[in-house]
Amino acid sequence: MFMTKTVLKNLLTKYATRLYPFQKIETFKDVKGELKIEMEKCILCGVCQMKCPSQCITVDKKDKSWEVDPFACVYCGICVEACPVKCLFQERLYRPPVDVKQIVRHVQEAKPEQS
Amino acid sequence: MARTVLPFGPQHPVLPEPLHLTLTVDDEIVKEAIPKLGYVHRGLEKLAEIRDHTQMIQIVERVCGICSFLHALCYCQGIESLMKVDVPPRAKFLRVVWAELHRIHSHLLWLGLFADAFGFESLFMQCWRIRERVMDLQEATAGNRVIISVNVVGGVKRDIDKEMEKWILESLEKVVKEVNQLRTTILDDYTVKQRTVGIGVLSKEKAYELGAAGPTLRGSGIAQDLRQTGYAAYSELDFTPVVETDGDSYARTVCRFNEVLQAADLIKQAFSKMPEGEISVKPKGFPSGEVVSRVEQPRGEVLYYIKATGKKFLDRLRIRTPTFANIPPLLDMLPGCDLADVPVLILTIDPCISCTER
Amino acid sequence: MKQSVVVLEAASAIESNSINIISETKKLKDGGYRLVTMSSADLGESIDLLYHFDQDLDLVNVRVNVPKGNKTPSITSVYPCAVLVENEIKEHFGVEFDGLPLDFAGMLYLDEEVQKTPFCKIGVNRVETQKQEAK
Repeated sequence: MFMTKTVLKNLLTKYATRLYPFQKIETFKDVKGELKIEMEKCILCGVCQMKCPSQCITVDKKDKSWEVDPFACVYCGICVEACPVKCLFQERLYRPPVDVKQIVRHVQEAKPEQS
Repeated sequence: MARTVLPFGPQHPVLPEPLHLTLTVDDEIVKEAIPKLGYVHRGLEKLAEIRDHTQMIQIVERVCGICSFLHALCYCQGIESLMKVDVPPRAKFLRVVWAELHRIHSHLLWLGLFADAFGFESLFMQCWRIRERVMDLQEATAGNRVIISVNVVGGVKRDIDKEMEKWILESLEKVVKEVNQLRTTILDDYTVKQRTVGIGVLSKEKAYELGAAGPTLRGSGIAQDLRQTGYAAYSELDFTPVVETDGDSYARTVCRFNEVLQAADLIKQAFSKMPEGEISVKPKGFPSGEVVSRVEQPRGEVLYYIKATGKKFLDRLRIRTPTFANIPPLLDMLPGCDLADVPVLILTIDPCISCTER
Repeated sequence: MKQSVVVLEAASAIESNSINIISETKKLKDGGYRLVTMSSADLGESIDLLYHFDQDLDLVNVRVNVPKGNKTPSITSVYPCAVLVENEIKEHFGVEFDGLPLDFAGMLYLDEEVQKTPFCKIGVNRVETQKQEAK
């Protein structure tokens, strides 16, 4: 008998917690999220590979490719600051979870010949 | 009265990190305890020989997640004094702000785990809910919730503008108000007192002789806190260490609770006195020499010994963390207590085993 | 000096050797100092041991040079809390301490499979020291 009031009150008031994943909060700006690159601006200098503390970036000058292992990356942001042309940037959202490990690879397209 | 040997295993619901104790028990009273470490040894000190001294900041931060900013601060202070770099005053005050935010979040985490150790789960949830406000502050100012890498040799990487400052001070008011609401539940509750008063007494002489550090030392009556030496703008702030005299688990709890309120006050003072200016200085060259650097972490004093010879890589990096110094007092407190009190006693020294084993 | 960062210049550490270390530590203990920790570094032919003592936030350092393969007395008779640090240095650098009350025989952090002391540039064989303990 004493519980009925509490039960009714709990049924009729709104939730105390957030209904994730239907309601997600937005992260703040300048959060160090997923690492991405604008491949057209990259000059393949390799500074990001030298400075990375967990050695997760591989730059290949012959193939003109830039690879990152997102599962080894610690999202510290040193490569973003070290890049001389500022082509690396970090998103606001973190990477969504996946069930298979992958390596992210970008290849620079050959520039069109100028006549 | 037979003696039994019980393993207090590496996996235990109460311990945040794995620690093994072999307890010799005589009818539920503990007679002897022998520790066994090595479950999280990663050999991070050896990495100093193959990573240069600026990459080592990232590695040193990851020794422990809860006190990570203070590890980087200690390391940067040592390298800066070897390279004779003068940190600008605004960077020193910003470092104080982040260090005290770390202290608040570490002590709130500990209060939650401590309540969980004697089964008080709703208090555990409330403490961690208050801690979420502090994690939001860290995420907004530095970019990450747990391992905030904002230290560089010569200053800090990010600045805090006036709007952010106002928001930080408002959030801190709410944190202090909510922590004060929990005061009667944590400190004046009959059940909590039955489990903590008079249990695990560490006398003043023993605490000093066995080399205890942090609230384990200050809960036994010795007023020693490394922030009194005045590193990184503490010399310009009004600060006295928090001391309790009883030496039992209750005294250490009161000590940590009061340090949370003191840390919020220190942040307010730092913001009111912060000067304008640049936030970092670019150093040149490589360090050379030997230096011993100490900083007050939430758990005690941490000591860094850095030896460099002017080359790109360091010669030797040695870290001694406060939990390593608090294990001999723990082994002294355990004989004579009940078997059911062992988890509570281990938590009163605030064990951070990944710091201990690096 | 009451500073949190102390640069060890050439003459600021007290020099001592393996024979006098116990009497030096007894003098410091009677003076009210407490042991903070011990550090060690590899100097090629010998191991450099540094003892750090503290009183009221003043730091005092004592330096001892131990050639590789020699024994040095343990200070656990003066400061019982040194037992963990000495075990760690024994495991990582291969320094033998005389009179350790609680000896982990090189198993504190590392496994049996690790054959050579990890921190020395030219590693000392750990398997031999373990066999000597077993005898």
